[in-house]
Parts: sequence; structure tokens; C-alpha cells
Amino acid sequence: MAIITHYGYTDGSGEYYIVIDAEKCIGCAKCIVQCPQSTLELVDMLIDLEDKTVAAVTEQQRKNIKYACSPCKPESGKAPCVLACAEKAIWCVWNPR
Amino acid sequence: MKETPRKEDVEYWRWQEYHRVFSEKKWKNKDIITAGVDVGSVGSKATIMIDGEVYSWGVMRTGSNSPDSAKKVLSWAMEGTGLRLDDLKYIVGTGYGRVNVPMANKAITEIACHAKGANYIWGPSVRTVLDVGGQDIKAIHCDETGRVTSFLMNDKCAAGTGRGMEVFADLLKIPIEKIGEVSLQVDEEPPPVSCTCVAFAKSEAMGLLRKGWSKEKVLAAYTQAMAIRMGNLINRVGLEREFVITGGQSKNIGIVTRIEKALGVKCLPMPNWQENGLDPMIAGAIGAALFAKALYEKAQKS
Repeated sequence: MAIITHYGYTDGSGEYYIVIDAEKCIGCAKCIVQCPQSTLELVDMLIDLEDKTVAAVTEQQRKNIKYACSPCKPESGKAPCVLACAEKAIWCVWNPR
Repeated sequence: MKETPRKEDVEYWRWQEYHRVFSEKKWKNKDIITAGVDVGSVGSKATIMIDGEVYSWGVMRTGSNSPDSAKKVLSWAMEGTGLRLDDLKYIVGTGYGRVNVPMANKAITEIACHAKGANYIWGPSVRTVLDVGGQDIKAIHCDETGRVTSFLMNDKCAAGTGRGMEVFADLLKIPIEKIGEVSLQVDEEPPPVSCTCVAFAKSEAMGLLRKGWSKEKVLAAYTQAMAIRMGNLINRVGLEREFVITGGQSKNIGIVTRIEKALGVKCLPMPNWQENGLDPMIAGAIGAALFAKALYEKAQKS
């Protein structure tokens, strides 16, 4: 079963989310290295009573995704973080209104 | 001379703190006694469990100091039980202030804890949990074991949260516990306010009051805007029945009724928490105490 986290916002401009599946993520940090805005980091998540190291949006950037992710947003399907992931554990949702 | 408070000095936002012990249950030293402490931005909650069954709990307002609030709420949950801190085998901290729970053996995100707690309160049929907290809203989808499968947190602002409701209680001079009922006292539903941002909604509400709208109508318009927003969050994680609401706003009948209407589903009935049940506000603390039990047992085996 997937464990999917949505980071992002919905407002007048539409909805934008960075989505990470902690089940697929192997914590390789490739997305983190590729992100031009230092939006991602590795965190420990408790899954089935075991701590697993997975990628997540940093606490500081969570409220700031609208601005932090704006350089990559027009082509969010080809965002560097998405392209870097061999596990297909990270993707973007961008539905302009 | 005795002073009576002026009407303006009444704190309409101030909600009731609760404490409960299931005194028909008794604890023995060999039991696995665990605790979950959920320090939220507005409320702090603690639950004590005996062998995975709720024994006592407390809900109080979070002070300016998180470690202090954690200690206070835990001692409150233990009050009248005869338990001491040493009797607690394992403590899990959760919530916004989870890293500031000094006595916790481990911190776990509130998302995992809320799903687990909702599964305990309402049973394994629960699939969608909406937690409306003091300063954020979380939409969670979980499986029959209470394991999170998808979630979304809106923590961008206080819109549609408990704190937003507190602001409105003060502005309209309506006690916070009555705000849901009052918002339903309208003949027809007004259009929702255009902006749910607390700061702007306040000035928009002032404008509507000046235009001659009643308090009830203004509140209805604001509550409706919040409910629509929450409905959107739930649709993003995938709405599936059964659906429940946790957190302080689960007691706001105005919000609950409007979310149900917006989504076209009924929430599972609220436990009769004032009489004998479990407060939906302590779902996170219950989940934390359940994780505490599982982690304690795991540590014993290894």
C-alpha cells in the first residue's frame, strides 16, 4: 500500500502539489541534489513500526511551495526532482484554474 | 468594591478544558501502561492506555511553552488515577509541538496518530479522516488497520481552522461552543465569503455587518466558505466512506453539516463523549498511545 504525502496548495490560481510516495521512496536523495531551490530533505518516517528514511519537503518550505517551486512549475512533469527519481516515487500535480 | 466584568471583557473564544478517568477500569503493575501526548497549536491532549484500552484523558489549552503544556496535560490525564510518571512504560509525543515533549520516548507525526486514533474510536471501517486543528487542516486516507495511505496538510494559514473560529467568536461576541448552532440559524444559506483568510475575512465580516447582515448570516457565510475549502482538500486525497472528522472543529455542528452537504456524505456519528465516550479531539493522543504500546512490545521482544 502506498503512503502518499501531498505538499502544496490550492488557491485562486489552481492547485499545485508535490507528491511523494514513502513506500516507493528509497531515500537515495537524488531528487534533493537536483532541486535548485533546496525544497527537499531526508526525514525519518515511522512505517509499520520501523523508521524509514524518505524524501520530504522541508518544514521551512512547506508554507512556501507557491514560490519555491515556481521556477519548475510551468513544466512540472519534467521538474528536476521528478526526472531524478528512478523509483517514480515523486511527482507533481499542477492544475491551473 | 466588587467589580463585575464588562461585557466586552468576556472571552468568547475561550473553550472548555476536559478531563476524564474511566474509573471502572483498574490498573495493575504488570499491565502495559502507555501514554500519548499530542501538543497542538491551540489545544494539548493526553491519553493514558492500559493494554491498548483508553483509561483516562485530558484536553487543555496549549500555553506559550510547549514542554510545559506537555507536562501539564499529561499530569492532568493522570490526575485521580494513582499513576505516577514512572508507571508509564512508553510515551509517544505527537502534534505540532511533538519535538518539545520532554518525557516522550519517541515523536511520531500527528498524521499517523490521527488515522490510528480514528480507527480506534470509530472502528476499522473508517477510510477518510478530516482533522480540523487549531492552525491547520489535515485530510487523511487510511486502510482498515488505520495505516495512512494518502494525506494532505494545509498549514499555509489559519483559514478554516479552530483559530479562525476563535477570532470569529470574539468578533461576533458568540461563545465558541455555540458558534456552530448559531451559524445554522439562517432561513437560507447566504453566499460564502470570498476569502477564508482570517485577517481578510475579519474585515469582510465587518463590512457585511455594516451592510446590515445579521451575525448568524455572517457566520453562516464564513462557515460555508471554510467547509467548501475543506471539501476540496478531502477530494484531493480521495474521499471514501466511512468518513469522520476529528479535532476541535468536529464539535462545530455548523462546519460538520456543511461539509457533509458539500461532499454529499454523512460523517459517522460522533461518540457521546460528554457522557461516556471518547472525545474526537483526543484521536491523535489515542493513536500516539497505541503506537507507544506497539513500540514497547517490539522493544521487549528484541
